[in-house]
Amino acid sequence: MAEEKKYKYIGQLYQLNDLVAKVTGRAKYAEDFRAEGMLFAKLLLSPMPHARIRRIDTSAAMALPGVVAIITGEDMPKPDAPQALGEGPAQRANTAPEVAIASEPLYQGEPIAAVAAVDELTAAEAVQLLKVEYEPLPWVVDAIASLRPGGANARAEGNVWKVPQVAELKFNAEQVAELDAGRIPMIDDAPTTWSIGDVDAALKQADLIVDETVVHQSTGHQALEPRTAMAYWQNGKLYLHGSTQSVARTRSTVAQWVGFKPEEEDQVIVISEYTGGGFGGKIPGAQSMAIPAVLSKKAGGRPVQMRISREEENYIGRARPGIHLRARIGFRKDGRIIAMDMCAISDCGPYANQGDAGTLGSTATALYNPETIRFRAISVLTNTPPRVAQRAPGGEQASAMLEPLISKAGRQLGVDQVEIRKINAPSTGSEFGAPPPAAAVAAAKAAGRPAPGRTFFTSCHLSEALDIGAKTFNWEERKKRNGQRVGTKVTGVGVGLGTYTAGSINMDGLLLIRPDGKVYVQTGVGNLGTGSVHDTARVVAEELDTPWEHFEIVWGSTGKHVAWSSPQAGSQTIHAHTRAHLAAAQDLKQKLQEIAALEMGGRPESYTVSNGRVGRMTFAQAAEAAIKRGGKFDGHEMPKDLNGMTKASVTALAGQGLIAAARDNFPRKGNTQSWVASFAEVEVDVETGEYHLVDYCAATDCGTVINPRGLAAQLHGGGVQGLGHVRSQKWVYDQRYGVSLANRFHYNKPPTILDVPLTEMKWAAVGIPDPQTPIGAKGIGEPAICAGAAAAICALTAAIGDDYLRRTPATPSMIVACLDAKKRIDEGLVSHV
Amino acid sequence: MATIHDVMPAFELFQPTSIDDAVSLLQRHRRSVWALAGGLDSFDWLKDRNKRPSVIIDLSGIEPLRGIKALPDGGVEIGATTTLTEIANNAVIKEKFKLLADAAGLVASPQIRNQGTLGGNVSQDTRCWYYRSGWTCYRAGGNICYADTPTSINREHALFDANRCVAVNPSDTAPALIALDAQMVIRNTEGERVVPAEEFFIGPAIDITRMTVMHPGDLLTSIRIPATWAGAKFYFEKVRDRQVWDFPLVNVATALKVSGGNIQESRVVVNAVAAHPMRLHAVEAAIKGKAQNEETASMAGELAIQGNQPLAHNGYKIPLMRNLVKRALRAEATS
Repeated sequence: MAEEKKYKYIGQLYQLNDLVAKVTGRAKYAEDFRAEGMLFAKLLLSPMPHARIRRIDTSAAMALPGVVAIITGEDMPKPDAPQALGEGPAQRANTAPEVAIASEPLYQGEPIAAVAAVDELTAAEAVQLLKVEYEPLPWVVDAIASLRPGGANARAEGNVWKVPQVAELKFNAEQVAELDAGRIPMIDDAPTTWSIGDVDAALKQADLIVDETVVHQSTGHQALEPRTAMAYWQNGKLYLHGSTQSVARTRSTVAQWVGFKPEEEDQVIVISEYTGGGFGGKIPGAQSMAIPAVLSKKAGGRPVQMRISREEENYIGRARPGIHLRARIGFRKDGRIIAMDMCAISDCGPYANQGDAGTLGSTATALYNPETIRFRAISVLTNTPPRVAQRAPGGEQASAMLEPLISKAGRQLGVDQVEIRKINAPSTGSEFGAPPPAAAVAAAKAAGRPAPGRTFFTSCHLSEALDIGAKTFNWEERKKRNGQRVGTKVTGVGVGLGTYTAGSINMDGLLLIRPDGKVYVQTGVGNLGTGSVHDTARVVAEELDTPWEHFEIVWGSTGKHVAWSSPQAGSQTIHAHTRAHLAAAQDLKQKLQEIAALEMGGRPESYTVSNGRVGRMTFAQAAEAAIKRGGKFDGHEMPKDLNGMTKASVTALAGQGLIAAARDNFPRKGNTQSWVASFAEVEVDVETGEYHLVDYCAATDCGTVINPRGLAAQLHGGGVQGLGHVRSQKWVYDQRYGVSLANRFHYNKPPTILDVPLTEMKWAAVGIPDPQTPIGAKGIGEPAICAGAAAAICALTAAIGDDYLRRTPATPSMIVACLDAKKRIDEGLVSHV
Repeated sequence: MATIHDVMPAFELFQPTSIDDAVSLLQRHRRSVWALAGGLDSFDWLKDRNKRPSVIIDLSGIEPLRGIKALPDGGVEIGATTTLTEIANNAVIKEKFKLLADAAGLVASPQIRNQGTLGGNVSQDTRCWYYRSGWTCYRAGGNICYADTPTSINREHALFDANRCVAVNPSDTAPALIALDAQMVIRNTEGERVVPAEEFFIGPAIDITRMTVMHPGDLLTSIRIPATWAGAKFYFEKVRDRQVWDFPLVNVATALKVSGGNIQESRVVVNAVAAHPMRLHAVEAAIKGKAQNEETASMAGELAIQGNQPLAHNGYKIPLMRNLVKRALRAEATS
């Protein structure tokens, strides 16, 4: 199916450059660093869900021998501007920005003081000596409870986001009656409301309407490496060893959190060579990185290591917003969706607004291309840990909540599960998302310009992904097993879709050939476990037709003179940096040819770059020549459109060899999006409610495959994470005390390797290059979690019936209760159970 | 309640190499002493700073506490610090008392079974997340049960025998040992006493602060399994949220002697439904002499759940327990 294009490096298996360090334990993570005179920090966390700190008496703690510094909220720099953090262009605003140490904690577990001492034991004992006077304030941990009349507000300003403000919203009697009936009301004045087409008219014409309220829990990011950080100051510069998804994108946030002015951000050196997972929770680093930095400053610059425990990570480690969704979907009898009418209420925690609920609406259009849609979203504040983007924010919730409803409709209409998804699948050029903002349309009209339209896909091969997945999974044969019972075990086979944004543009590439003849790929991309920091450099090997042994990837520190990068989030990197690296590689190739011509005569284009040589000249000789010639060849001149971080790096490297630096100015029309269609077989024990994933296959449209092994890891890793979201992973609050209960792995239960099928999970890729990007590669970090969650829940409902499960996680306890009672038994609309 | 749940507080550590030394140390420091075996329950308490013993007795250096040996009557004696992995893999236990091997093999995770001991698994404290968070509940010496309010999240809690406290015993091996008529051998400075496994575990009505009959100063040294049930028909099943590193929502252990299709003798034990494993005497009496068939199994399942008192979130344990007892007694049941 793939367009035949012969690549030597792209799409080929290779050994990732950091593999040996990782498997031998030589790789150093933030917690592994030790420095002379290093102090250890420990945190005091708020025991209350919302309080004002009246006073903290630090005298007893400070008097403990070995205690060096103590900080409270008063010591923390206050950000003077609203922060725009995280991934994507989603709506974000923050009227009360989070500070790493809070003076008014807005959730139980929020840090309110930190102690640095000569060892951890002393620091911990000192924390117990801190005397705090709290003034308890009103709080709420359940979004729906906050929307009921008389429900508490998480913050004094209100309980919902009306961006950029926080306002108060309470349901009226009619809406409360809907809640009491177990339904989310379709409210007309939701802060986010948009529609396309005449939904009411379309619903009247529908042959089948599925109208359901579904509850998706909040889920912690639970990266294996917690957000441990170590910091020290030298000559006014801050050196920070931390765990971050993106090195280049962490410098400015740390600078801001620690109190540098924007023009001083190069005084921060962020070091993060290895990151034990982020999943969106460490996109621009972690706010808590400011704590060891501020403590170190107070301790005269002495290094301070802050080891974060699993329990602390549970509080400050970020989480996905839970969503309550009402969806009324109208189908034609052939399965085509002619109307979607939805209202989504998301729990954003106490700080920044999150785009998840809004993204859910646009994701619905990217999955089903409905003929008409009306969408409403409410972002509610609660006194629970801060939410941020988590692997496919809003997309995972869309798939996990909507896909079972599509499956139900397919069964009711007698349309095959793959077919009903194909008939609704969008294709290349399909428009998706919300309509353009009314203000933009009005402005265009006033200026006499054509009105802006909705955005559209650069490429979409969802139907092909469904076909190739169905073939690989043997869908036609397997679906016959649906509902088959052997003893107490029933088989269910399901398919689930996922889609998410898959690439940004306009980033920088920076390449350097030193006189040792090696090509140094200077990259600010983070090494968060996906391999993209290495994979994207394969493009350079391809363009220079030079073996991988000639390449050194320089990564892991903003002090290493690296290029500006996209965040390692929003599945941007493979797209953004195959482009940026190609731009730089083309520049490098041209400079090599020019140098060859200058040194040996003839026309530049007559020299071939291959195997570490340009013509007969080695890369080492070319580097020497570049240094001799200076100017644009050795970095003393550079393009004006580079980002400031890249420019500074070029300046620092100038004169060290042949330098190529370029911004990705390749054109792109439309928005880049990838898809995954996953197939799952589960076996459910109807007497115990236990179920196991028996087999799994993920098929994707992600354009050109750069690294097959890395792709498989994303498809299956995401799939298993999605399985965990709908099966066992938990987020639990006691609503009387407002405190978190599932704080340890054995309570919050993410899936483990023993939860995946014993048979090798399969995968397949459509492999059609995206025409709007030169290499054709689209990102794939996110849609696999969506499809994994959806496939698991759809396989489960195929086994036990469509009417039991309206909440996740679908635990054995819920299933056995439902099957025993032969009716739906769950916690209704209550959150965090 | 500790304000920080990290870093073990300082304590005095003793590493005796004989049972006598361990017992005398336990006696000498009995006001604030903690016996440490595999550490999987202990380190949680210590690192959370919710229990702060001043003296820790590390049992790992006491050779006589380890190992599995045959008894003259055809039974086996298992040292208290024998690991769960050793028990799950032991040829004699697998041959004669497979029930225990199966139960030990389903505890937590492979890593935890390598480290965790049989003595620790039966002596472990409850996993009630309110109590383990350090809240001063009844079990922790206070005067409230946080797990039994209208808003408590008590999905994992008790169906039976709640008395102020609604926590459950989370052990997988405990019900298997009761079903095998195991004897718990306990030493202190006064000497040795042997307690039947069924009496070893206690509920809050007897003592709300302890899960077993062991007092400070007592040391569980070994567990004897008599030949009584060797080679009987066994069934063990544990239902949990995920495949590994999980405590039971409910588990069941049965031992049956069947002759001519009729149940001659039986032991039926369920755990994670009360603060102690529950041996279901009424079920055992009701199925005695009955044909081992679906009808008997169903009757037993219904009988098993008599008297249950569900909390707000654990009603599912009623059908789950009923079904587990039923399937354990089916003719084709094999674990």
